[in-house]
Amino acid sequence: MAPDLECVSLTKRFDGMTAVDDVSFSVAPGSFFSILGPSGCGKTTIMRMIAGFLDPSAGDIRIKGRSVLNVPPNKRPVNMVFQHLALFPMMNVADNIGYGLRRAGLPKAEIARKVDEALERIGLPGIGARRVDELSGGQKQRVAIARCMVLEPDVLLLDEPLGALDLKLREHMKIELKKLQAEFDTTFVYITHDQSEALVMSDQVAVMNRGRFEQVGTARDLYYRPETAFVAGFVGDSNRWPGRVERIEGETLALRTDDGMLMLGATHGRALSVGDRVQMFVRPEAIRVARDAAELARFDNRIEGTVTSLLFNGAASRILVRHATGGGEIEVALPQSGEFADLGEGDRIVVGWSGAQGNCFPATGQDGAPDAERSDA
Amino acid sequence: MREGTRLGFILLLTPLLLWLSLLILIPHVDMFLVSIRERVGVGKYDISLANYRTFWGEPLYLWTFARTAVMSILATIITFLIAFPVSYYIAKIARGRLQSALFLACLIPFWVSELVRTFGWMILLRETGVFSGLLQWLGLAEGPVEMLYNDAAIMVGLVYTSMLFMVVPLVTTLESLDDAVIEAGYDLGGNGWSVLREIVLPHAKPGIVSGSIVVFMLSLGNYLTPTMLGGKDSLWFTELIYSQFIVRFNWELGAAFGFMLLLLSSLIVWGMLRLTGETLEETMG
Repeated sequence: MAPDLECVSLTKRFDGMTAVDDVSFSVAPGSFFSILGPSGCGKTTIMRMIAGFLDPSAGDIRIKGRSVLNVPPNKRPVNMVFQHLALFPMMNVADNIGYGLRRAGLPKAEIARKVDEALERIGLPGIGARRVDELSGGQKQRVAIARCMVLEPDVLLLDEPLGALDLKLREHMKIELKKLQAEFDTTFVYITHDQSEALVMSDQVAVMNRGRFEQVGTARDLYYRPETAFVAGFVGDSNRWPGRVERIEGETLALRTDDGMLMLGATHGRALSVGDRVQMFVRPEAIRVARDAAELARFDNRIEGTVTSLLFNGAASRILVRHATGGGEIEVALPQSGEFADLGEGDRIVVGWSGAQGNCFPATGQDGAPDAERSDA
Repeated sequence: MREGTRLGFILLLTPLLLWLSLLILIPHVDMFLVSIRERVGVGKYDISLANYRTFWGEPLYLWTFARTAVMSILATIITFLIAFPVSYYIAKIARGRLQSALFLACLIPFWVSELVRTFGWMILLRETGVFSGLLQWLGLAEGPVEMLYNDAAIMVGLVYTSMLFMVVPLVTTLESLDDAVIEAGYDLGGNGWSVLREIVLPHAKPGIVSGSIVVFMLSLGNYLTPTMLGGKDSLWFTELIYSQFIVRFNWELGAAFGFMLLLLSSLIVWGMLRLTGETLEETMG
């Protein structure tokens, strides 16, 4: 089966800078594809090129195998849910949803039937006569999707549509969107800077940075097997330690961090040699905490230290542990099973993790470091 | 404390009340009283509707009255047709410095007085003027062409004078229209015309209505432009009022004319609001 959407060497240059640099990808029919990246990485530019509001400088965009480069936006079989939804404030809900059908010249009775059907599908039957500004954030969201879906596009583009919602509603809409996608059985291309939106909803996620795709894969791939330092830093949270390789034995290497800690990590197949500058990424949730070193005997990395901060955040609570001899700090996820409920700042503690969890990448100088800082955004 | 706020409220309200009562209410009440009296002898007056009867009985007055209304409506429509693309360009297409420069360009003509501006048009349009000279130089006209003193010249002057008052509300409302809404219109299959009709115009409606009301009232009450550009044959209702007051010293009839004009403009503005379904509060607020 031909992919619903295929971009080949897509490039967009604005005067003096390359916003999208030779990006190629294809999206299988009926799948949920996300482009995840920090703001300014070029993801919106890709979206606008697919929708037809920008012309690519080079490359091709194919929808169901046919190039759409010379097709104007109003004739493309793609529709877009805009960042701020862009519902037509001068029309009621039914007219909003029926707009595209009216443009397609359908008879009135059929438009009314299709609009009712769409309202039914998004779970808001009977609100057709309401004004747009009487709707709640979540309802607007669903109307914006219905407005596109009545046209039965081959691909639906969504440009950070959850950005304007508050946290609770956003969590709810993530599940809702995934359900709607299954309901309409259409290819969704979703762009976001919020990794949790991308990871929860997508079949495939492309992580984008500086106009290029760093890695394309499932959410699990990106989380467990990041291929670049940027992905390791951007997807999920990580401890990031720059350092120098001291020993290598097969997959395992020993790293001396710049702040003096010695720890084991894994190369995961990357070519590294003794003396190389590397960055090691370890997820806070991959690190175990114990009061007694004996409990962590099965881990090859064990570090004793003192708790310097407690960052309480419910299930996602963390502690910062300062290395007893070196100066380095380690961020560790704190289990909320009760045993550490009385942990206080200044307490002595042991942390440990398996060397295979330490993901090492060659340090690329300026690259990686500043972007990785944004990972919590 | 309560006393203090109350005093403050009264003090703040006083200028407004003075303005409304001294400049609008009292003159109009007096004007109305003048319009319904009839001179029956030296210094002796009776209350009657004779002045209004005179107005309805004289075809020239009625003709001028209707002509002024129709021409003003026409001027409003033409102003809108010219101002809309200009405003759309300023609000949606031009960016940054070009945008402010264009907006300023609309404003600049208003730095000189209306009288001077109207003389400018006379220099262009008169028999020995720029256009006439140009046509002769190009060989398109045999002799001097007189373009002044007709209805077209009045229309040019009215539209020119009113342009800014249409452009400002239109630019304001068009700027408040999110670009994404226009893009969504195209994305969902609309073409230029349907996006304009279904999205841009309905959004700009309050601006169109308020601009139209201002332009219409300015045209209806304009005295200078019709007098200077229209010459003797092009009668304008304000000229009739002027001549009753100043030339004929017939204040009673002049006041009745003034009241008819007030009634006419109120009626047409009301009709315009009804037609577009806008309310005065929404439009002016």
